[in-house]
Amino acid sequence: MSQFIQQLINGLSIGSVFALIALGYTMVYGIIKLINFAHGDIYMVGAFVGYFCITRLASGFFGLILALVIAMAACAILGVIIEKVAYKPLRNASRITALITAMGVSYFLQYTMVYFVGPSKRVMPAPFENTVFKIGGITFNLSTVIIIAVTIFLMLLLQYVVKRTKMGKAMRAVSADPDAARLMGINVNQTISFTFAIGSALAGAAGVLIGIHYNSIEPLMGTIPGLKAFIAAVFGGIGIIPGAMFGGISIGVIQTFAAGYISSLWQDAVVYALLIFILVVKPSGLLGKNVKEKV
Amino acid sequence: MKHLFTKKNLMWLLFGALICIAMYFVFGVVTQKWQKTLITAAYYIIGALGLNLIIGVSGQFSLGHAGFIAIGAYSVGVVFQGDATLANFALGIAIGVVITCAVALIIAVPTFRLRGDYLAIATLGFSEIIRIAIQNMKITGGASGLSYLSFENINDHGMFLMMLITIVLSILLIVNFVKSSHGRATISVREDEIASEAMGVNTTKYKTIAFLIGASLAAIAGAYVGPMNFFIKPGDFGFQKSIDVLVIVVLGGMGSLSGTVIAGIFIAVINTLLQNYSDIRMILYAIILVTTMIFRPKGLFGNKEITDIFSKKRKEAE
Amino acid sequence: MAILSVKSLTKNFGGLCANSNINMEIEKDELIGLIGPNGAGKTTLFNMLTGVYEPSEGQIVINFDGKEKDIAGKKPYVITKMGIARTFQNIRLFKDLTVLDNVKIAMHKDVQYNLLQAIFRTPKFFKEEERMEKEANELLKILKLDTKIGELASNLPYGEQRRLEIARALATNPKLLFLDEPAAGMNPQETAELTELIRFIKEKFEISVVLIEHDMSLVMNLCERIYVLDYGKLIASGNPEEIAQNPRVIEAYLGEEI
Repeated sequence: MSQFIQQLINGLSIGSVFALIALGYTMVYGIIKLINFAHGDIYMVGAFVGYFCITRLASGFFGLILALVIAMAACAILGVIIEKVAYKPLRNASRITALITAMGVSYFLQYTMVYFVGPSKRVMPAPFENTVFKIGGITFNLSTVIIIAVTIFLMLLLQYVVKRTKMGKAMRAVSADPDAARLMGINVNQTISFTFAIGSALAGAAGVLIGIHYNSIEPLMGTIPGLKAFIAAVFGGIGIIPGAMFGGISIGVIQTFAAGYISSLWQDAVVYALLIFILVVKPSGLLGKNVKEKV
Repeated sequence: MKHLFTKKNLMWLLFGALICIAMYFVFGVVTQKWQKTLITAAYYIIGALGLNLIIGVSGQFSLGHAGFIAIGAYSVGVVFQGDATLANFALGIAIGVVITCAVALIIAVPTFRLRGDYLAIATLGFSEIIRIAIQNMKITGGASGLSYLSFENINDHGMFLMMLITIVLSILLIVNFVKSSHGRATISVREDEIASEAMGVNTTKYKTIAFLIGASLAAIAGAYVGPMNFFIKPGDFGFQKSIDVLVIVVLGGMGSLSGTVIAGIFIAVINTLLQNYSDIRMILYAIILVTTMIFRPKGLFGNKEITDIFSKKRKEAE
Repeated sequence: MAILSVKSLTKNFGGLCANSNINMEIEKDELIGLIGPNGAGKTTLFNMLTGVYEPSEGQIVINFDGKEKDIAGKKPYVITKMGIARTFQNIRLFKDLTVLDNVKIAMHKDVQYNLLQAIFRTPKFFKEEERMEKEANELLKILKLDTKIGELASNLPYGEQRRLEIARALATNPKLLFLDEPAAGMNPQETAELTELIRFIKEKFEISVVLIEHDMSLVMNLCERIYVLDYGKLIASGNPEEIAQNPRVIEAYLGEEI
C-alpha cells in the first residue's frame, strides 16, 4: 500500500509537469489547430533561463520565485516571437505544412541552445535544501511539494484568466470561430499572440520545476516530455483546458505505475498503447465531445 | 501489350532512367563523402515515396514511418548475422515486408476510423511501441543494436545501383497503382471521404492498401540502413526519423513523386554541404526548413510532376 | 411492387428525435418529392437511406430484382453497390480532380481488373480503361458536360457542378437516385433546365428518382407523388394537387406560398 502511495506521489509530480506543458499544446491547438512541436523546446529554454537565474542571480526560495517569473516572462516573449515569425505567415496553409514548420522551429531552438551552451548535461543546483519528508513508509522531497503547489497555483490562475478576464473571453471566442470573433470586433492576431504567451509561460515554469526536481538539464531535454505532453493533451481531449490538466496528470501517474509494476523499459510503450486505446474508443479524448461531420 | 508503353508511362520511365543514369554517373566520379550523400539520398527517397503514397495520395496523415523502416532494417540485420550475401538480403527484405504488412494491418484496423491529427498521433504511438519492442528483444540486440552489417561482396557502387533500381521499381509501382481505377478510388478518399463512400468506394480498403504499400516501401528502405551504416540501433528509429521522411514528402510536394525524388536529393546535399559548419549545421537546416515552408507552403512541386511540365509545354507547342 | 419500402424508420440524436416512425414506399419508375420546412429531417432521412447514418429503429427494404433486402445500417458503399446513388446538398465533388476522373471514380465499383492486373498493366487493364473512358464520355455527353472533360471540378460554374454531381451519381449505375436539393442556388432559367434534365434522365436510364427540394414550383410540376415531413414526422403524402390542398401541409408552411 505504501508503495502504491509512493508511486502515486511520484506520478503526480511528473504528471503536473506534463500537465503544464500540455496546457500550452492544447491552447495553441484549440485556437489555430496547430500541433506546436516546438513547444517542448520552449520548456527546455525555460529550464535554461531558470538555471542561469539560480546560478547567477539569486538562490533560496526567493531565487526560485525569481527564476520562475523570469523564465515565464522570457518564454512568453519567445513564444510570441515564434508565432509572429514562423506561424503567422502560414495561418492559411495546410496543417501538415504548419507541422513541418513547427518541427523546423523545434530544431532551431534545440541546436541554437547546443551552439551556445554545448550538448552535454548540466547540473542544476538546488536553490534550497531539498528536505526529505517521511510519513509512514512514504518519502517525498520538498521539490515534489513545490512542483505540485506551483502547478496548482498556475492552473487556478489560468482558469481565472480564461474564465474571468476579457482576454480569456476573446480566446474562447477565437477558438470557437475565428471569423465570427473577428466580426464581433475581437483582435484575432492579438488573441493568438496572447495564447502563445500564456502557453509558453506555463512551459517555461514547467522547465524550471523539472530542473530543480531532477537537478539536470540539457538542450535536447524537451523532445520526449513535449511528445508526452502532447499525448496528454490528446488523451484528455485536445483543445480543452481541463482535459490537458487531467490528461497530463493521468499520463504521469500511468507512466510511474507502469515503471513500478510492469517494467521501466516498457513504461513508454504502456503510455502509447493506452493512448491508442483511448483514441480508438473515444477519438475526441476523455473529456472531449464527439463531433460528427455534417453531410 | 501494345499499350504497355503509353506516352505517360514512357515519360516516367525516361524521367526515372535519366535521373538514375545521371546519379550513377555522378556516383562514379565524386569523392567518398558525396557517394555517402547519394546513398543517403537514395535511402530517404525510397522511404519518402512510400510515405507520399500514404499522405499525398490517400490523404492519411501517418507519423509512423520510422517503425516500418526499423522493421526492415532489423529483418535484414538479423538475417545478416548469418551471411551478408545478396540472397540473405533478399530474404531479409521479404521477411521485413511480411512483418511490416502484418503490423501495418494491425495498426490500420483500429486507427483508420480516426481522422487527421488523431491518426497521426496513433501511428506515432504505434511506431514508438515498435521501437521499444525492438529495444527489449534479444534477437535484435537490445538497446546496443546489431553490428557488422556490410555486404560481403558488394561494394558501395553495387549497393547504390541496387538502390537506384529499387527507386525506379517503386516509382513504377506507385504510378501504375495511382493511374488505375484503384488509384483513382484511393485519391477520391483524400478528396472527400464521404462522397467517395457514397460513390461505392470501400474507403477503409483503399486507405489500408495505400498504407500497406507505403509501409512496405519503408521496410525496403530500412533494409539498406544496416549495409549503409554497418550497424543499427533502436535509437536510430525514433519519431525524428519519421519527421525526416515527412520533411522530404512535404518539401517535394504532397502527391508529387518527382518532387519527392528531388527533395530527397536536395535534403541530402544540404546536409552534406552543412557538414563543414558542423556547429551551426542543424540551425541552418532548421532555417531552410522554415523559410521553404513559408515561401512555398505547397512544397517545391505542389502536386505537379516534372512530366506534367513537359506535357504542358508540348501542348502549348501544338 | 415497391422497390423501396421504409418501415417505421426512426433516428434519435441523443434526446433529439430527428425522424420518427417514417413509412414510405417507392415504386419502380416513380419521381417522388420530399418536402418540408427547414429542419424537418429531410436530409437525415436521406442520410439513413444512403447509409451515412445508422437508423435507431426500423427497416429499409429494397427490392430491385425480386429479392427483398434490408439495408438499414449498411455502409454507404455497400448500399451504392446495391443500386442506390445520391447527390449532396452542399456539393461534394472531388474538387482537385478532372470532370472525367470524377465520373470514373463513380464507375470504380464495377471495374473488372484487380490491383495486381493494374500494377502489371495486363491487357485486361487496358480493355477496362478503354471501356470506362468510353462510357464516361457518353455519360458526360448526355449531361452536356462533354466540353469540360479535362477541367478541374472546382473550376466549373455552379450550375455545371450540380450537373456533374448528377452525372457522377448516374455513373454508379443506380436503380434509385436521391437528389438532395438539386436546384439550390439556381436561377429560374437554370431550374427550368434542371427540371427537364431530371425528367430526361429518369426516362433515359429507367430509374426512380427521389428529390428533396425547397423550390415548390419545381416539385409541383415535376413530381408524381410527394411526401411531406414536419418536425421529423411524415404529415402527408399524395399527388401534387392533394398536397397543395392539405390543411396540415399549409399549416406547416404557414406564410409560405405553395
